[in-house]
Formats: sequence, structure tokens, C-alpha cells
Amino acid sequence: MKEKKSIFGILMDNRHRSRTISYTMVAVAYIVLEILLKTGNLSSLFTGLLVPATCYLVAAIGLNLNVGVSGELNLGQAGFMAVGAFSGVCVSGLLKASVPAIPRLILAIIVGMLLTAFVGFLIGIPVLKLQGDYLAIVTLAFGQIVMNLIMNLYVAFDSTGLKVAFVENNFELQPGGKYLINGPMGATGTERIANFTAGTILVVFALIVVYNLIYSRNGRAIMAARDNRIAAESIGINIAKTKMMAFVVSAALAGAAGALYGLNYSTMVASKFDYNTSILILVYVVLGGLGNINGTLISTVVLFLLPQLLRGLQDYRMLIYAVILIVIMLVTNNEFLRTKASAFRRKKKA
Amino acid sequence: MRFLSNFVNGLGLGSVYAIIALGYTMVYGIAKMLNFAHGDVIMVGAYVAFFALTRFHVPLIPGILAAVICCTVLGVVIERLAYKPLRQASSLSVLITAIGVSYFLQNSAQLLWSASPKMFPSIISTGALEFGGLSISYLTLITIATCLVVMVCLTLFINKTKTGSAMRACSEDKGAATLMGINVNKIISITFAIGSGLAAIASVLLCANYPTVTPTLGSMPGIKAFTAAVFGGIGSIPGALLGGLLLGIIEILSKAYISTNLSDVIVFGVLIVILLVKPTGLLGKNIREKV
Repeated sequence: MKEKKSIFGILMDNRHRSRTISYTMVAVAYIVLEILLKTGNLSSLFTGLLVPATCYLVAAIGLNLNVGVSGELNLGQAGFMAVGAFSGVCVSGLLKASVPAIPRLILAIIVGMLLTAFVGFLIGIPVLKLQGDYLAIVTLAFGQIVMNLIMNLYVAFDSTGLKVAFVENNFELQPGGKYLINGPMGATGTERIANFTAGTILVVFALIVVYNLIYSRNGRAIMAARDNRIAAESIGINIAKTKMMAFVVSAALAGAAGALYGLNYSTMVASKFDYNTSILILVYVVLGGLGNINGTLISTVVLFLLPQLLRGLQDYRMLIYAVILIVIMLVTNNEFLRTKASAFRRKKKA
Repeated sequence: MRFLSNFVNGLGLGSVYAIIALGYTMVYGIAKMLNFAHGDVIMVGAYVAFFALTRFHVPLIPGILAAVICCTVLGVVIERLAYKPLRQASSLSVLITAIGVSYFLQNSAQLLWSASPKMFPSIISTGALEFGGLSISYLTLITIATCLVVMVCLTLFINKTKTGSAMRACSEDKGAATLMGINVNKIISITFAIGSGLAAIASVLLCANYPTVTPTLGSMPGIKAFTAAVFGGIGSIPGALLGGLLLGIIEILSKAYISTNLSDVIVFGVLIVILLVKPTGLLGKNIREKV
């Protein structure tokens, strides 16, 4: 006979527990921060960090799908963010006169997400033919290529319409015309329409997408392909399709995050999205625990805020950040501490 | 003629990449890890050489030796403190640690020597060798010659000495190498020592060609050399030479004939095309997965 469970029991059973914890964490964080914001108790420094933090959260959740769940090391997540950021900025700039801010933001994020998903699909075709470290270096290469291409892209519009040029811009703008992307100078004069609420909604959207994918048939196929490629193939899982699914969803989330990020600053240069940013997001994911979404949420917030919290230490802050990174890795991989920890866990269960 | 002189310049840049790539490829071959901090060891080497030459007025050769010794010690210390405890850990943990070490070195350099760029003194006469309308600077010639000497010495070391064959044994099968009485930890330390020493030589050549020293000096050449190592087949020493030279030539030629801004796009684009045709690089071994 099936045991009847209370709602709390359903929410906390194995399948739902991590989702429940995720949504609770996001909701509590949002409510607390909104109250602090509305009552003016949040310093301007932290207020400025809220939207970028949600962007990194979305990109990191996406990357965890790729690196943790699908098991493919991706060093080019920032490249996808760049695609989303600059397409989002273009959409917002074009529709500035005709559409109010909130629908424009939604539209920009959707366009950024879809375009990035398409770019991710195109890049995924060659990338997913490779494996292991070779796959990693190719994603790094693609990230750098995307960044360099955007640095040479010129987009402008005036009364005669949209103009796009590559490498050299030789368009003569009509009076009232405006550059949307100005090559290496990036996007300038963007209206800042991103806000914390939109960022939180995007985080929740990313969580819904990733959790629904992980706990679906396709999600199990993705994990099977990660754990044993050959065994998964032999039971009829289409490896290329499952890997591509994780890759494209991951890219799309990075694109959405990028669009929000781009619309949070009045100027945005493409060189912001170099491999260092990709590595930064990867660090969030690995320290949070591969495949563990809650871990990603916590580690992204902590590691994103850490350099700011260490601001009092001024010049030493990045040095301390580096030391913390190394020490965490050494401690979590220490044989002695590991056996102690698992013994402790067993004791607790017994 | 213009093509030839560009080609030779490409060989010069490629030689620097090749020497750096050797460090990546040797460490990967033996420790199976991507040493992201390698580029920053180059940066440290550049600073040591800079201070030896300008502040302490050491002659050129001892100055380079000082850089080599410092980098070798640094490489071994990094390996001992940061990588050795992670021998059994997942490769991603080691990768993150390497990134941490890279941040650490960059920020230490920034604290110790400030972020403002320093001008590296010109150490090799600026003259050029002329024949038949083609002019090649001595600097380029010395760079290429250094690379060749390093390659020959390293190949002899790996193939003819006892330590070299122990290194080859470790790269093939660590367990079997241990059973044969090889001290694997010592071999890994030696590999890091050699790789970091080579990084110091590369740093001097790099700064002789591009004379600004900054705390982030090593990251872009590091990434390029890493690309070169993968290009040639990571783990293969002739592959690193071939990959480095090709990368340098492609970079200079695309700068000269296509576009300065797009040279990185072309370099990384060629890498992707090569890996699609040969998934383990030009000279990499194909490992069949057995069911």
C-alpha cells in the first residue's frame, strides 16, 4: 500500500529535496535583499553587485549542466555570455523608442537566449566530436574567437536603417544615428534596464529548466552518457543528441545571463568576456560540486562576494582569494579529512 | 621577399611558443594535468631577468641563469605544495588548483612589483643579417637557434639518459614504472623543474622581442603555447615544436596579410580545424577505447 505523505514530506523526499532547497534559498535571499533595498539598508556597493550576481548564477547553473551533468569540460562559457550580451544590447537599443523598458528587457533576454542557443548548436557540432582535454581547449578557442569577432563588429542604426560592418566601419551615419556596437569600444550609451527582480526571475527560470531536464528521461540519458559512453550507446542512447542538448541549454542560459549583464551597464566591452571570465564561472561550478545545483548557487554567491568582502584588505584581496581557492581544493581532496568526514557521516546515520 | 621575411619572423615567434609549449606538453605527458600556472612562471622569469639585468647590473648570461634557477625552484615548489597532495584527486580539482596558483602568482607579482609595465632592456644587438634583399634581425636568429638547441638537448635527454627513459616509462604507465623501481614523485618533480626552467628561457626571449614586463605578461603567450601543444598533439615533444612553429607562422602571416585584429581568430580557427581532422593533434597518439 502506498503511504500517504504530507506536502512537506513530498517536498523533502529524495527527488524533490534539492529543488525545494534551491527555490527556498532563492526566495529567502530575494525577500531579504528586497527588504534591505527598500528600507535603504544596502550599501550602494552591494546594490550594484546584485544584478551581476544573478547573471553569474544563471551562467553557472548552465555551466553545471554542461560540466557536471553532461561531464564535458567547457572553458568558453563567457563567449556565450558575450553573444547574449551584445545581441541583447542591440535589441534594446533598436527598440528603445517604441517599447517600454520591461517588455524590452524580456524581449532582449529572449533574443539573446535564442541567438546564443543557435550559436551554441553551431559550435556544438564540431566541439562534441571531441573528448576530454581536447574538447576543453576547443571550447576555449571558440570562446576567444567569439570574443575577437565581436571586438571587430560594428553595428549602427539611423533613419536609413540598420548597418552592420566587420573589421572596418565605413558607414556614414545620418544625423541622429547611433552606434549599437562600436568594435573594440563595445556597446556604449546602453540604457540600464536590468534590475534585481528580473535577475531573480531569470535564476528561477534557469533552475526550473535545469531541474526539469535533469529529472527527465533525457536528463538520465545525459548522465548515462557521462558515466559510461559505451554502455549508454549500447542501450540505444543517442550520445550526440544528449550531449548536444546539455550543451545548447547551457549556452542558452549563458546567453540569457549575458543579455541581462549587458543591459546592467551603460558601457560593455567584449574583452570583458575573455577566457578568464569562463574560468571564473568554472571555478564557481567546481567548488560548488559537479552536478550539484545547490552547491553552485552557494559557491557562486560566496565566491562572487568574497573579493568584495575582502575589500578592506585592499591590494591583498585577490591574493587571499587565490590562497582560499588552493586551500579549499587541498582540504576537500585530503585523504585523511575525507575518511574522517565519511566516518562522521556514517556515525550520524547509525 | 616580404613573404620570406614574414615567414622567418613567424619562425622566431613560433620558437618562443614552442619552448613554452614544451613545458605544457611534458607536464601533461607525465602528470596528466593542464598546468594553467605555466604562463605565470614565464612572467616570474621575466621579472627576475629584468631585475637581474637592470637593478643588479648582472651580465646577460648570468642574468638568464638566475631566471632559470628561480623558475626551476618555483616550479618544483609549486608542484610540491599545490599539486602533489592532489595526485589522486580528479583532474578538475587539479585544474582549479592550477588556476588558483596562477591567480596567486599574478597577484603576488602585482603586490611586489606593481602593475605598471616595466621596459625590458634590449639585450641583443639590434642589427640584422642581410643577404639578397632579405633582412633577418639577429634577435630572430638567436631565438630560432635557442629553440633548436633546446629541442636537441631535450630530445637527447629524454632518449639517451636513464632519467629520460624513466620519464618515458612514467608517461606510459605510472603503476608499471613504480614496480620497476622508478621514483614517480621524483620524476614528476624533475619534469616540473625542466618545464619551468624552459619557461624562464622563453621569458627572456619573449621579453627581448616584446619588451614590456607586466604581471599578466604570461597569460596570453601561455594560452597560445597551450594551443600549440594541443595542435601538435599534447604529450608529444616533437609535436610541441611543430605546433609552436606552425602557430607562430600562422599568427605572423595572418597579421601581415589578412588582418591584425583577426589573427587570434585565425590561429584558434586553424586549431579547431586541425582537431576535427586529427582529434589528438598532428603528432598525437590515437588511443583506441576498448569495450
